[in-house]
Amino acid sequence: MTRSTVGSLARRLFASQPRQAAAAQAPDAINVEIPVPFQLHLLQEGPARESVTSREELVKMYRDMFRIRRMEITADKLFKSQLVRGFCHLYDGQEAVTIGMEAALTYEDTVITAYRDHATFLGRGGTVHECFAELMGRSTGCARGKGGSMHLYKPSNNFYGGWGIVGTTGPLGAGLAFANKYEKKNNVAMAIYGDGAGNQGQLFEAKNMAGLWDLPLIFLVENNHYGMGTAEWRASKKTTFYDRVSYIPGIKVDGMDAFAVKEATRFAKEHCLSGKGPIVLEADTYRYHGHSMSDPGSTYRTRNEIQGVRQERDPIERIKKLMIKENVMREEEFKAVDKEIKQEVDDAAAKAKDDPNPGEEELFMNIYKNDSGLKTYGCDRNMVRVQLP
Amino acid sequence: MAQKVLVPCSSSSSCGNVQFSPSRVHTQAIAFGGGLSQSSSRKNKSLALKAVAAKGETSAPVTAKSGHEILLFDALREGLEEEMARDPTVCVMGEDVGHYGGSYKVTKGLAEKFGDLRVLDTPICENSFTGMGIGAAMTGLRTVVEGMNMGFLLLAYNQISNNAGMLHYTSGGQFKIPVVIRGPGGVGKQLGAEHSQRLESYFQSVPGLQMVACSTPYNAKGLMKAAIRSDNPVILYEHVLLYNLKERIPDEEYVLCLEEAELVRPGKDITILTYSRMRHFVLQAAKTLVERGYDPEIIDIRSLKPFDLFTIGNSIKKTHKVLIVEECMRTGGIGASLRAAIVDNFWDFLDGRPECLSSQDVPTPYAATLEDATVVQPAQIIVKVEQMLQGLI
Repeated sequence: MTRSTVGSLARRLFASQPRQAAAAQAPDAINVEIPVPFQLHLLQEGPARESVTSREELVKMYRDMFRIRRMEITADKLFKSQLVRGFCHLYDGQEAVTIGMEAALTYEDTVITAYRDHATFLGRGGTVHECFAELMGRSTGCARGKGGSMHLYKPSNNFYGGWGIVGTTGPLGAGLAFANKYEKKNNVAMAIYGDGAGNQGQLFEAKNMAGLWDLPLIFLVENNHYGMGTAEWRASKKTTFYDRVSYIPGIKVDGMDAFAVKEATRFAKEHCLSGKGPIVLEADTYRYHGHSMSDPGSTYRTRNEIQGVRQERDPIERIKKLMIKENVMREEEFKAVDKEIKQEVDDAAAKAKDDPNPGEEELFMNIYKNDSGLKTYGCDRNMVRVQLP
Repeated sequence: MAQKVLVPCSSSSSCGNVQFSPSRVHTQAIAFGGGLSQSSSRKNKSLALKAVAAKGETSAPVTAKSGHEILLFDALREGLEEEMARDPTVCVMGEDVGHYGGSYKVTKGLAEKFGDLRVLDTPICENSFTGMGIGAAMTGLRTVVEGMNMGFLLLAYNQISNNAGMLHYTSGGQFKIPVVIRGPGGVGKQLGAEHSQRLESYFQSVPGLQMVACSTPYNAKGLMKAAIRSDNPVILYEHVLLYNLKERIPDEEYVLCLEEAELVRPGKDITILTYSRMRHFVLQAAKTLVERGYDPEIIDIRSLKPFDLFTIGNSIKKTHKVLIVEECMRTGGIGASLRAAIVDNFWDFLDGRPECLSSQDVPTPYAATLEDATVVQPAQIIVKVEQMLQGLI
């Protein structure tokens, strides 16, 4: 099912209807309760505690989340077999944040995130093959193999990457929102960063500017509680991020519940587009892997903790239980879907493995746009400009 | 006589689509250099006398009657205003650019004309508003980010280097960043160390950036327009002390080539390469040198990254001696890179090592005498050129 048909279905289901009444009206709508209450900052009322969804949306969400999970696990294997080098930051455990967010946004909204971007890339419509090819540095990768794990982009769906420097998404996100406002587009910009980045000065600067000019900007904090090896309480005087600034409202949301994230994002989008200015969302989530592949992830937290979260809060298990309870899919159907997606991901990895490396001429391409006639061997110009008789 | 030459401007974006007479700007460079293949010392001698640059006599191709006189900051403003009127995606952001009119009046009157969103007063957060300008440029807006003083942009180094310079490459060509980052730099009149910085040396090794330095009202306006039209991130270096320079510039629209150097004074004895404020010091020294019978060829390199090695090389092939006069620090400055490029490419044409006069490797002191001792002075240029031409070094 394509995004647009899900969107139009959703619009038909609950456009301009009060949230409580929507469930009663559409026969095939499924009501999902959001158990963990939203914590609000500078807001009188928050997002709805109930999300209305449909069978199709649930199936899509499950498939997308499972695909991300498989992709990250496969990326782990590829890294360990040295096909992926350098840095590899994995997103498994946090799937609900991306998928929940995408359920409330469109591809006309702009998204920018930091280096843990494989899943965000997929959420924005990227394919697993493009991602693997980029991780392995092949020319078929989404950045022609020249970016790597931390530099995945999809301009056609307004995904602006993929950035290595922590906190840089704040100002850049402010720029994206500024452009939306300048061109009078009815879209939001979403700037994503983590708890480790939450203390960067440039984020406060960006929040000030966004608040000053009422930029339609949603700051999404993916709080997985560890900035690499440092727990949030060891890095931040104040361990919450949604209420850091006294003039921008914020919502803290259970990031392992895709529907909570979806409702919070929908609320935030309405907030921004009604001219009320920026808003901060903090998604309380967790990553199972370490910070990156070079970090085992167990020196600063206990295995019990990781196991505990996996057993009690896993986003994919949660949505699976919901779907079984609502008779959307049966256990055997899940097995079939899992097998299909696992095959899809494995095929993508195998295909990417066989893709060619970028040629040598790629080394100096794309330094400048159109390469303006400039060859970039050092500071030479190396080009004949004049024909002498 | 001027040779018939084809001089296509290599920068398609900055020169391609503008109504200006190529013959004026480009062949001026070539016509004078007619002594490329054979010596025309007779012609050059007669030219030498006329070509001594007096104050106000610069390279703008206008007669005494046409054109209009303008100060450099106003020329920048004219260029910016024309581009903003021409293209609605051009916008300016920086501290005090809007209601205040710009701390050096480069954006005076623009906020009244184009509104507060297009001429945006930012809070004092260089890192973030430069980042914001870059983020907006990623979506296609042509942002002009003004640093009130170039030195403040050191706070935005990460944005300029990682985000502006590298994005076109790391995204495999999917994004362009048509941002212009501009502001006054250079050593002023006792402004102190932190406000007298020359950032061209810090940014020169960032791949993906283009750097140009303006030195006269004519090239300031032309480079400003070219930088805005370019799809690449361009840093336009202005100088604090040159804003009140006056010159007559053409009335009709013109855009200069970002990658081109300017032949200021043709000569045959020695090639002097310079840029920004040092151009005027070199011209001042040239007056004395010409009186003493020397014939220096002076080139304002204008394009700091990449270097216009074509113009520079043709000059070196003619004169066989090179002196670089710059305001950068000696260590890691533009002169250091330029010397390396000259040695790599034109070794066979050199009679002696390429010399370089640069600022001292010190933070700029406040005291006037010490500050003068930090930068190159015309007297030092004269001494150096004489030493080189007398074979003493």
